[in-house]
Amino acid sequence: MEDFFLGAAIVISLMAVMTIYRAVAGPTDIDRIISVGAIGTKTVILLLLMGLIYKRLDMFVDIALCYAIINFVGTLLFAKYFNRKGVL
Amino acid sequence: MIEILSATLIVLGLFLLLAGTVGLLRLPDFYCRMHSVGKSDTLGIVLCLSGVALYNLTGGFTLTNILVSLKIMTMAVFWLIANPTTTHALARSAYQSGLKPWTKDGITEIDLDEKRAKEATN
Repeated sequence: MEDFFLGAAIVISLMAVMTIYRAVAGPTDIDRIISVGAIGTKTVILLLLMGLIYKRLDMFVDIALCYAIINFVGTLLFAKYFNRKGVL
Repeated sequence: MIEILSATLIVLGLFLLLAGTVGLLRLPDFYCRMHSVGKSDTLGIVLCLSGVALYNLTGGFTLTNILVSLKIMTMAVFWLIANPTTTHALARSAYQSGLKPWTKDGITEIDLDEKRAKEATN
């Protein structure tokens, strides 16, 4: 079962690398923001799978929860900022 | 049995995440990319978290395992509420700051609204 979790973690890492392309080459700023949010989504699952691989899930769950909340608040702040300033 | 079920949930979630990533890379417009990422990422992460919480219970029904699984399911419910909220906020701010959607002929609803407003004032 650890091999399966390791394979899933590798697939998620490859998806995050694919998402970085949109964060670097996105035409507008708001494309970059949503791709960073998608990378944060994948990072939460990656943290939980790391916890399953290292058998310390009770520690990694708190880190993943904090990461999810910070990702949510950051994206909402960027949306508020662009609502006032306009998309570049 | 529980292991097979949790592995199936994680694989389904990975498929949905992959679909969202391909849509983010391939679609022509910001709104289309938002459409792809906002929905498939939400369901994908909820399925993955459910699979992880289910697998965590195979170590025995102790108090620590049940609490950790409850925390993971809390995170899944949080994502189920938070991800559509961020998608809505970003799409709203993009529309209100005048980012025009992609169309085949180049005429968007924003242009039509401006045209109608100009005709109404005339």
